[in-house]
Amino acid sequence: MTERTMELEVLRYRPEQDQKPSFQTYVIPFKQEWVVLDAINYIKDNIDGSLSYRWSCRMGVCGSCGMMVNGIPKLTCAAFLKDYYPAKVRVEPLNGFPIQRDLVIVMDDFITKLEEIKPWIIRKEGEEKSLEEGEYLQTPAELAAYKQYSMCINCMLCYAACPVYCIDNSFIGPAAIALAQRYNMDSRDQGREIRQEVIASNEGVWECTFVGECSRVCPKNVDPAAAIQRGKVSGTIDYFKSVIIPWGGRRK
Amino acid sequence: MKSYVRRYPNTWWLNKSSYFFFMVREFTSIFVAGYCVFLVYFIYKLSQGPDAYYALIEALKSPLSIALHVIVFIFAVYHSITWFKLTPKIMILRIGEEQIPSFLISGANFFAWVVVSAILAWIISVV
Repeated sequence: MTERTMELEVLRYRPEQDQKPSFQTYVIPFKQEWVVLDAINYIKDNIDGSLSYRWSCRMGVCGSCGMMVNGIPKLTCAAFLKDYYPAKVRVEPLNGFPIQRDLVIVMDDFITKLEEIKPWIIRKEGEEKSLEEGEYLQTPAELAAYKQYSMCINCMLCYAACPVYCIDNSFIGPAAIALAQRYNMDSRDQGREIRQEVIASNEGVWECTFVGECSRVCPKNVDPAAAIQRGKVSGTIDYFKSVIIPWGGRRK
Repeated sequence: MKSYVRRYPNTWWLNKSSYFFFMVREFTSIFVAGYCVFLVYFIYKLSQGPDAYYALIEALKSPLSIALHVIVFIFAVYHSITWFKLTPKIMILRIGEEQIPSFLISGANFFAWVVVSAILAWIISVV
């Protein structure tokens, strides 16, 4: 029996020789158990060693192999060829980010935004426990309140799916806001007010028009769209508190 | 090394059905807002006395007005349904470790909508 094949159309951009990106088509063997990442690895190993892309774990944990597969942001390690066969599959770098080379994007903007929301536990001055005092205890219910948002693997699929970010990347974006929410809702954290400077700013939650696509493409069911809308609700409550109650503007 | 920035097409909302339906939802809001302005005008006419009010009522019986009302009604219903379906993302309620299922949140909104509409329909039929 002859081996079944399929075509992979890959966006190439080699900055030292290309003025702009263009598609290159590769014919690869079709295997039932292969994912798009397997096909790209096959190209790299057997057809064209110059193809550049990011990958690591092959099991949806590291968040490195996010690419546009037929126009939809996906982890290529979780996108099975059999779902597309026999049609051609088009692989492009993630939308919304500059292309470094081939399928590799420049992620500096995302990293900057991630740092801006201070994704770590912040304690108020004088309220930090010493090592001798032990850990901050938390009940299962307190853990459940934020656990979903802590599942983010920083794969940036939500940014590539977000038209707001892709049109104007001043938006803080879905994953960063979801992570801010993850710490804000953590019973051990006291840094909400510090994060609000970014989250409640013009580039924060209010940029979101609630397209909801971030949650649809999220491979970890983080539901960033919900995190953003909850941020809008709590931001609105803050505002009314500051207007109605004289001392309500600031939490002590 | 120079990076390449691809232009995001203006037709992005035609590339995927979920984007398209989002745009429809946003578009329908223009009609909902427009009708709110009309309602303010309606109250203004009411304040002008019975003659002005009945003249407006007569004008509203034109086929063009009825056609516009049908369109606005369809858009308002679409707008309401899409937003009620999104309420579970905005209201997340928990009892201990358990999250209240999303169908109960949106279901409560739909239920309230039906009840309020029924009460209004009853008032209109009685008056």
